[in-house]
Amino acid sequence: MSGALFIAQRASAVVLAVTAAVHLATIIYAVRGGLTAGEILARTHHNVWFLALYALFVVAVAIHAPIGLRNVVREWTIWRGRSLDAALAVFAVLLLALGLRASVAVFL
Amino acid sequence: MRAGHRQPGFVAALLHRLSGVALAIFLPLHFLALGTALRGASALDSFLAATNTPAVKAAEFAVVVALAMHMAFGLRVLAIEFLAVRERTLAAVSVSLAAALAVGLLFLLNVA
Repeated sequence: MSGALFIAQRASAVVLAVTAAVHLATIIYAVRGGLTAGEILARTHHNVWFLALYALFVVAVAIHAPIGLRNVVREWTIWRGRSLDAALAVFAVLLLALGLRASVAVFL
Repeated sequence: MRAGHRQPGFVAALLHRLSGVALAIFLPLHFLALGTALRGASALDSFLAATNTPAVKAAEFAVVVALAMHMAFGLRVLAIEFLAVRERTLAAVSVSLAAALAVGLLFLLNVA
């Protein structure tokens, strides 16, 4: 893994350690008595703190997951080179787009 | 299985990796599910109702455990790399697994 990818992977890991811990705590609190859309949206609707937290989480995930997958694929398969990097760049953009869409969907 | 594969450090790396791959597969689906809220609360509610089955609950438990596990093993990596911790690997692996299962149990107790 190149120096820049290593730093991006570790820096995003630190962001995710915080945001995922908050998310896990929210999950455990939120599932009590069953999940309803009303309950979820009451928490997130027009709540800029949740939007900021989830947007940060999504950006960190879009950096962290493709780099991690790249390491796994390069170690466990024979796939490497530009086609792998291109596929993972597409995956990064997909995560970013779907994640930000989801964050906005529960905010609006 | 080579001798090195029986070391706790190998188990930690393998579980960290497998939980990471599982999360990478799950996340786009999770985002798509939440995106249904764009079509209104009722669309999200129909999705939640359709997935309110024991099988999905079991899968959710697995995802919650995978997230907690990936985080615990990730914190171990960060501690080793950046805090110059001379860790006791077996203890770190045990604590990570215990923490992940504790989070999973909390989830199950609350969801039931």
